[in-house]
Amino acid sequence: MPKLKQFYEALKVVGQDPERILSRDTAHVVAHGHELISEQSIPGVLISPRATEQGIGAKIVIAENVRVDLPIHLCFGLFDRVGIQNVTLELDMGANAKATLWSHCLFSVPEQARHAMQATIRVGAGAEMRYQESHFHGTSGGIEVIPRAKIELGRGAHLYSDFSLLTGLVGELDVDFDVTVGEDAVAEFTSKVFGHGKDRIRIKERLVLAGRNARGLIKSRVAVENEAMAEVIGITEGNAPGARGHVDCTEIVKDQGVVSASPLVKVTHPEAKVTHEAAIGSVDRQQMETLMARGLSPEEAVHRIVAGMLR
Amino acid sequence: MTDAPLLELRHIALRLGSRQVLCDVDLTLVSGEIHTLLGANGSGKTSLASLVMGCSGYRPVQGELLFAGQSIVDLPIHERAQRGISLAWQEPARFEGVTVTEYLSLGHPGRGADDCLERVGLAPDDYRARMVDRTLSGGERKRVELAALLALGPKLAILDEPTAGVDMLSLDEIIRVVESFREMGSTVLLITHQEELATHADRASQLCGGRIVFSGVPAEVVAHYKARVCVNCDGETCYA
Repeated sequence: MPKLKQFYEALKVVGQDPERILSRDTAHVVAHGHELISEQSIPGVLISPRATEQGIGAKIVIAENVRVDLPIHLCFGLFDRVGIQNVTLELDMGANAKATLWSHCLFSVPEQARHAMQATIRVGAGAEMRYQESHFHGTSGGIEVIPRAKIELGRGAHLYSDFSLLTGLVGELDVDFDVTVGEDAVAEFTSKVFGHGKDRIRIKERLVLAGRNARGLIKSRVAVENEAMAEVIGITEGNAPGARGHVDCTEIVKDQGVVSASPLVKVTHPEAKVTHEAAIGSVDRQQMETLMARGLSPEEAVHRIVAGMLR
Repeated sequence: MTDAPLLELRHIALRLGSRQVLCDVDLTLVSGEIHTLLGANGSGKTSLASLVMGCSGYRPVQGELLFAGQSIVDLPIHERAQRGISLAWQEPARFEGVTVTEYLSLGHPGRGADDCLERVGLAPDDYRARMVDRTLSGGERKRVELAALLALGPKLAILDEPTAGVDMLSLDEIIRVVESFREMGSTVLLITHQEELATHADRASQLCGGRIVFSGVPAEVVAHYKARVCVNCDGETCYA
């Protein structure tokens, strides 16, 4: 089956509209392994991809003051049983621009695969970016996902990032994001992962609140069951006057799963403030009993609570 | 209201750790009745509610617990709920990622969410999509809990302090909510300190030191309660 058609089918399965994503008025880049399948620039959004044997490289430039109405789509995937995909992403968002990026990572077919992304992202002064990365895996558990990002937010910039891996077995996930937040800028990072089987999950996110009145939030919601293991490290540094940061970790453990959460805070300026909260444990008893008092079985109640937390 | 007993507690005793929380409690609610349970803080009201609902750790050490003539003491919470018992907690749990509409649709409700929200004084347009999480105030969360029970339309609705945390001006609304349960044919076990609400019931009982010390028409029970308020009492001295 042609690779583009495989993307069409895979996107439909995960509830996306491929016609919309791959239309001429939607900026996008689509890559299977190290093969470029489709690309589209639109006025104000220049996408320059290149494919080599070593990987896919994509440079995305969003011009100053541009408001991108439709989401920019980044579709990465593998439809062979075994494969490797290395992605280098350079994203430059001009001052006062506004855009939403949806990254769809489709790995439901491979049994043994590695997907690594190295991203460098700059969000210009006054710009607003919403970035949503969703992973869809199969039942093999043989996928290795390694997203890395270095991100800089200029003065008054806003970045809202939402990472999720909720479908299928994770395999091995190793997230490492490093974010520098400038003056009056806002960064919010949310991660939602559900680990099963023998999944190994590591999420490390570091926010450096470097500018005056910089604000940041790291929010993680992780559930593990069976023998899955997760390590969540949320680091926030308040290094400037008026900087405000918060780390919020909630993790649910079922069966033989193991989770550790380390909300690390560091403040180097007396007028900065960083707070944290972490809750790890089995499903909350009062929540369970409340749902069971509506007639839900214990299994249905747990499912509802975990699904809500990861929503 | 009929004479048929719906809920019967016979010589019920409950211990939590080393503490005797309920002692030789006899209480019968007939179908369609609104029954107020009065008592000072720590007298055992919420424990009694948790015992009837079947919450973890609230299994009686003595006595019989019957619902519609059948023992329910060995049934887990959800099976009691499926038989028609439900509870609106004094401090309801919060749920991330669950909207008010979704919360009100749990457990095969018999009544529409919008109607129930209106009955508890919440505008459906403003609340349908709200999350049942920390973004709701305490009073809003209590109202949503009452709406959820209204939607469910249980045979026995246990309302634990429905006015606690809800502003005083809303008392009339809470009374209308209780009336809504009556209209639906539900039996209500109403735990409250609010005199006006308490006297709205058909019958009342006073708990003191884990014992039912007085039962009768609500006005008399309220008068008894107000005249003989006691704290850390074993119930013996209050026994009428």
